[in-house]
Formats: sequence, C-alpha cells, structure tokens
Amino acid sequence: MSYAIEMRHIRKEFPGIVANDDVTLQVKEGEIHALFGENGAGKSTLMNILFGLYQPDAGEIYVKGQKVKISDPNEANRLGIGMVHQHFMLIDKFTVAENIVLGSEPTRGGKLDMNQAVRMVRELSDRYGLDVDPLKKVEDITIGMQQRVEILKTLYRGSDILIFDEPTAVLTPIEIKELMDIMKRLVREGKSIILITHKLKEIFEVSDRCTVIRLGKVIGTVNISETNPSRLAEMMVGRKVRTPVNDTPYAPKEKVLEVKGLTVLDNRKVPAVRQLDLEVHGGEILGIAGVDGNGQTELIEAIAGLRHVQEGQIKLNGQDITGRRTRKIVEAGLGYIPEDRQKHGLILDFTISENMVLQTYYRGPYARAGVLNHKVMARKAKQLIQAFDVRTPSEKTLARSLSGGNQQKVVIAREMDRSPALLMAAQPTRGLDLGAIEFIHNQLLEEKQKGKAVLLVSFELDEILHLSDRIAVIYEGRIMDIVKPKETNENELGLLMAGRKEARRQA
Amino acid sequence: MIQRFMNGKLYPLFVPLISVVLGLFFGALIMLAGGYHPILAYQSIFESVFLQPYYTGETIRTMIPLVLSGLAVAFAFRTGLFNIGVEGQLLAGWFVSVAAAILCDGWPKILLLPLSILAGAAAGAVWGLIPGFLKARFKVHEVISTIMMNYIALYTTNYLIKHYLYTEGERTPTIPDAASLASATLSHLTQGSRLHWGFIVALLAGLLMWFILWQTTRGYELRAVGFSPDAAGYAGMNVGRNILLSMTFSGMFAGLAGAMEGLGTYQYMMINPAFVGIGFSGIAVALLGMNTSLGVFLAGALFATLQTGGLTMQSEAGVPIELINIVIALIIFLVGSSYIIQLVLNRLAKRGEKR
Ligand SMILES: Nc1ncnc2c1ncn2[C@@H]1O[C@H](COP(=O)(O)OP(=O)(O)O)[C@@H](O)[C@H]1O
Ligand SMILES: [Mg+2]
Repeated sequence: MSYAIEMRHIRKEFPGIVANDDVTLQVKEGEIHALFGENGAGKSTLMNILFGLYQPDAGEIYVKGQKVKISDPNEANRLGIGMVHQHFMLIDKFTVAENIVLGSEPTRGGKLDMNQAVRMVRELSDRYGLDVDPLKKVEDITIGMQQRVEILKTLYRGSDILIFDEPTAVLTPIEIKELMDIMKRLVREGKSIILITHKLKEIFEVSDRCTVIRLGKVIGTVNISETNPSRLAEMMVGRKVRTPVNDTPYAPKEKVLEVKGLTVLDNRKVPAVRQLDLEVHGGEILGIAGVDGNGQTELIEAIAGLRHVQEGQIKLNGQDITGRRTRKIVEAGLGYIPEDRQKHGLILDFTISENMVLQTYYRGPYARAGVLNHKVMARKAKQLIQAFDVRTPSEKTLARSLSGGNQQKVVIAREMDRSPALLMAAQPTRGLDLGAIEFIHNQLLEEKQKGKAVLLVSFELDEILHLSDRIAVIYEGRIMDIVKPKETNENELGLLMAGRKEARRQA
Repeated sequence: MIQRFMNGKLYPLFVPLISVVLGLFFGALIMLAGGYHPILAYQSIFESVFLQPYYTGETIRTMIPLVLSGLAVAFAFRTGLFNIGVEGQLLAGWFVSVAAAILCDGWPKILLLPLSILAGAAAGAVWGLIPGFLKARFKVHEVISTIMMNYIALYTTNYLIKHYLYTEGERTPTIPDAASLASATLSHLTQGSRLHWGFIVALLAGLLMWFILWQTTRGYELRAVGFSPDAAGYAGMNVGRNILLSMTFSGMFAGLAGAMEGLGTYQYMMINPAFVGIGFSGIAVALLGMNTSLGVFLAGALFATLQTGGLTMQSEAGVPIELINIVIALIIFLVGSSYIIQLVLNRLAKRGEKR
C-alpha cells in the first residue's frame, strides 16, 4: 500500500542546530496523523520542508508513491498539499470569498466572476460543514472563522493532504471542539491530515496514528488505539511525566486577599466586575474558572493596581490597597504572572539579568543611592536561572531570544523569588509544552505548601481542577458559586460558567 | 559566512559603517558626473582636517554642539520618544546662557561661567519638559508639540533680543570674559581657530548620558519605558513621570549645545532669521551613532569633519560645498533606510544557507 505522504531520512541543519535528523514520516491515506513534540523539536521545520518552504539537506519525499522534489509552495499545492499556518495570511478588508479565490480566481470572458466564486466557496463550506459566510469581511469574523477560511483556501486549491500547524493555539475551547469535528469530517470525505500539536488531549480525540519527535529525531510512530497519554508524554519528554495534582491537605490559614463589593469598568467603560466578593487564604490555591471575557482580566488588573476601582475594597495582608499604585501593592506582598508574558511580563529587549529585577531594581542589594549594582544583579540572575532551569546561554541573553517556556520561567522565577504573600497567576501555562507545564504546576503547588495564597485564573478546566483547593466560577463579573474540585465535575463547571446556577442541584 | 557575521557582536556596527562608505562612494560618483575629481576632493578634506591645526580646531568646535544635540536626541529615543525639538531647546539654552552672562556681569569667573552654562542647560530642560508634560498628562504626541516649541523658541528669542538685549549687528552684546569658554591657548594651539573649552562639556555630557542610562535606577526605568511602556507599568513604574524626565534630560543636553554656541563659539546670540539647523543635525548624528554616547561622538566627528573640510575642498579641489551636503544627506538617507540594507543582508544570508 502506498502512503499519501512518505518522507524518508530527512535531514535539515540550521547554523549550530540539527532541526531534523534522519526523520522518517509515513502518513496513510485518509488518516489523521499527529506530529507530536515539544517546542523546538523540529515539527514546523519538517512541515516547511514538505510544503516547499525549506529544502532538506538529505532525504527523499514521496507523494502517493511518486518520488517528488518540492521546490516551493506552488509545487506543493500542485501535488495536493495544503498548509493551514498558525498565523493566518488573510486580507482583512476583503470578503471571505475574495480571500479564498485570491490567486486563482474563477473568470468568465477574462473577467473575475465573483458570483461564481461565492457559489464555489458556499458549496465547499457546506460539503465539509464549515459554516462560513462567503460575503462577510475577514475583519468582521472571529479567529476561529478565519482559520476555517484558511482551511477553505487549501480545499479550494484542491488539496487532499492538509497540514495543520498547532491549529488550536489561538482558539477558545468551543472553537477547538468544532475544529476537531471539522477534521473528522474532512477525513471522512477522503482527505488526509497531518496535525502538529503538543497537546495530548487533541491527539487522543482525533488522530489515528502519532509520530513523536524529540530534539529533531523520531522517537517512534504509534497507533493511538494502542497507547495511552502517559506513555506518549513520556516518549515526548524523554522521561516520566507526572501530572502534578494538588494532593496535600487543605488547611487554609489567615485571609491574605479580601475583595469586597468590587466593581471595575472595562475599556468601554461598562462594568466588567460587579459587586464581586472574594477571599483567598494562605496555604490555598483558589482557581477562577470562567469563559474568557467574564471579568477575569479586569479583576486581576484591579487587584494589581493597574485598573481603576469604581467601587468596593481590596485588602492584601490586612492592608487596604484599594486605589494604590502598583508599586505599593507589590511592596505589600503581591506577585503577578500576567497573562501576556511578552507584552506585560517581560521587557523583551532587556537581558534576563535586567528582567529578573523588574520590580526590585531600585532597592538594595540591586541599587544603592540610585546607582545599579550590575554584579549583584548578575549573581541573582545566575542563581535563578539555575534554580528554575531556564535554558539560556547566559544571563546577558535578551529575553526576546528565549523560547516561550523559558520566558515564562523567567517571569515565574522573578515573582516567586520575592516570596509574595499572594501570587496571582493568569493563564500561566498557555502555549507551553508538557515539560514546562509540569514545572510550573509544581511551582504553584510549592507556593501553597509554603503557606502562600495563590490565585489562579485559567480557561483550561483541567488545570483548574487539578490544582485548586477551591474553584470560584466567574460569570458576567460575579462569582456564581464556589465549589470544591472533588465535589464537582467538568459538566457542572461548564453549566456554572454559562451562568446556570440552578444546574448545581441537578448535576 | 554572512550568517556568522550577522550573529556576531560587530553586526550592529555594520549598518552605520556601510552607510558611510556607500555615502562617500555615491558622493564620489556624483562628483564624477559633475566633472569634478572625487579623490582630490576627499584628499583635501582629509589633509585639511588632520594636517592643518586650524581646521582640526574648527572641526572639534563644530563637533561640540553637534554631539550635544545628538546626545539629546539619543537620550529621548532611549525612552521611546522622538525629540524633534532639540533645535528649539538649543535656541532657548543659547539665549538664556547669554542673557544670564550679561545680566550678572561683574561676577567672578568661578561663579559666572558655571552659572551661565547651567542657566542654558536649565532653559533647554524647561523647553523639553513642556512637551514631556503634555505627552505624559494629555497624550499629546511629542513630535507635534516639539515642532511647535521650535517655532516658539525661534520667535521668542528673536523678540527678546530685539527688545531687551539688542546691540548693533542684529545681535546681543558680547558676553563678559568671565562667562566665556573661549581660550587664547586653545586658539593659539590651533593657529587661530575658535576652538573653546566646550569640548570638555561635551565629553562630560557624553559620560553623563552613559552613566544615567546604564548605571542608575533612573536610566533602567527610562529604558524599560522606552522598550515597553506596558510592561514597565505592570512592573510598577510610573510611565508618565519617566516620559517627563526623559524629555527634561534631553532638553538639558540640547540647552547645553546652545550654551556652547553662546559662551564659546560666538560669545553672543544673533537674531536668527531661520533655524540654525544644529538641532536637526542632532537627529542624524544620533541615528548614525545608534543612540549610544560613543556612537554619537564618532558620528559627530564625521559630520564635523565633512562640514569643515568641505570648505577647503571648495577652495582647493574646486568642488562646490553643496556636494558635501549631498554626501551628508546620502549617509543620513542610507542609515535611515537601514531597514532595507538589513533586508538585503537577510536575503543574502538565506541564499547562502540554501546552498
Ligand atoms: N529558520 C531557522 N533558522 C535557524 N534555526 C531555526 C530556524 N527554524 C527553526 N530553527 C530551529 O530549529 C529547531 C526546530 O524548530 P521548529 O521546527 O520550529 O520546532 P517546533 O515546530 O517543533 O517547535 C529549533 O531549535 C529552532 O530554533
Ligand atoms: Mg512550530
């Protein structure tokens, strides 16, 4: 039997690194084949070779049994290979249909036939259950829809082998579910799919087989029906991965954070947090579950002094911090891992050493009389790099050139080193791979054991369920209910997150 | 090869260097096209500036306000601000330093000279603080407000000279000797050039900028705000205050540049029918100097050399001085389009990698 795609003994070197080393990948027709590996393992490189963006240094590629040389993406298209990139390449001001036909427009008598284009797009969309409106402008549709437009683009060009490069990184949980359904539908209609991901859940949900890559080498290809998540995780990371769980007894201490009747406006001056009450104690992890946009961001920004408090009171360690400046709140004992580490957590063009003292640079021992002590800063940075296992050539490296996981480690190292009474972590593991997630979860649990208070905001229910001592469900700026993880389940949480409190009793 | 070079330490120097070389080269082509002798032209520049003490002295003198203006632009830029207002801050500093010197005539040199210099620096600082305040408080874009401040400075100083400090020759009276940076020794050493002690001020200012930016907590904050105001705010820094301070420091350097002209080169201030242009040159100097103290000195030296040497080039090689302005403009243009140069380099590197 011939494979839809067969890549044999592919090698690709970049200066100083072998991104693909003797990689062999065999994708059967009509299967969803997952390509699984940590960040930097070489997945994108391999797919860029298949899509003609890079030339391999060695190795051969067969498409449907025929040996081919893929010199550029046009050639890949001609061979029926389409790629849905992580960053969409759409023109905002154009309609969906215009975007899709761009480059190979249907014509009638030499003139662009837009009606024909709309008809074709609609047909494709119906056939694969994509539910896309061809006449909408791209700027008016959601990210999830834009991704479907990208999928339609490849289908319109007649691709029957689709590559998805980390397609779920930008999607909400509901959109992810829908995408999985679309992928299943696509293979039913005879397409073959290569799915790049580092999320185990997705692999077990949709794929038939999985090839694991680590550090540029293939570790193995397995049938999903014959393996289990922890085996696969072990293959990827190269050692046993234990999903950290919060199994130490729940023994809350004194109140560390106390929020009373808090009202906060969002950027459009509409209340996003309404009369909210919340308490977090020392020695506990309080998870905040909720669908994005229900006031989580505004709540933590208000606590951090980054957003005006309209009404209510916030107390940290017994001190009233309502309306105080961020610096004062940090000094009162706040640690904060912001949601957007690149925009808010780090100065990307500062060195690691400089980033490690972002809130403490003005104090001893880092400065005296307004003059920085670079030596002490460097020593501190080296110590934290070691303790938190930040992979970097040196402490003088710019934060910009670190990988996402290592950037997050810098933020976490910095915040934990101050030993704050309250640690707020917003989406601390978003976009990170298994190894890094495990590390960060362990760090949060350690804070609990040290008797600190942890406020965890996450859209990943798994994360909330595994780590929290108590779960507060937020809906439209209010806490719907507070539940214990052992006494609830994803279903009940889902209903609460949708604002249905009466569901509680029935669930 | 290209790849290795691009990852190396020297790479940042590449754009300015290649811009200078290409600028000189294209300048030479234009000279050839105009029927002039480029080698002779450059040779005369070189010989005058490096072999004739008078021109050496004049080059250093030209450098002083260029460097200070460059430092002013560079300093603001480090905080993410584009200070187009150096020209106005320079005029304010020039006028106030001269006025202070004249008003306090009779004070001993040990008091009057520092007072006049500081008065100039303070005036420039105030002139920078105003747009800084407008930006921090009302989010008025600094490019717009500093341009307006330039005009206000130009017409206000002219008005004040005309009505309060006027003397024959459309200028202020000459400042008292006790406030002067001029030096008979330096002048004598350089066979009568107008070289004055201001070069020490420029050196100190360069050191000061380096020290503030890289050695102090204030500089750390300023750079943090420059790179990412959002992250700086999240870290608890006061973004508005840093913007205000950055413009104030920047204006101070510009004010010093003006004081150097008033107390050193001219010993008075004239009524200026139009902008003197040194402040605008400062933008080019900072750009070519990559916003570092050392870079600003080197870039200032280059522009001063070309400007001063251009005079002898005209007399000795018969090449009109306008051509030197073209060369300067070319260099600025090339640095400004460094983006394109980098793009080409990246392409070359990619191609090298493919092979
Ligand atoms: N264009 C490139 N130039 C140099 N190194 C690269 C390039 N693309 C990828 N790499 C390196 O190759 C390795 C594999 O990267 P990649 O294929 O993007 O990994 P993944 O997609 O699995 O996260 C990484 O170490 C990365 O830094
Ligand atoms: Mg990738």
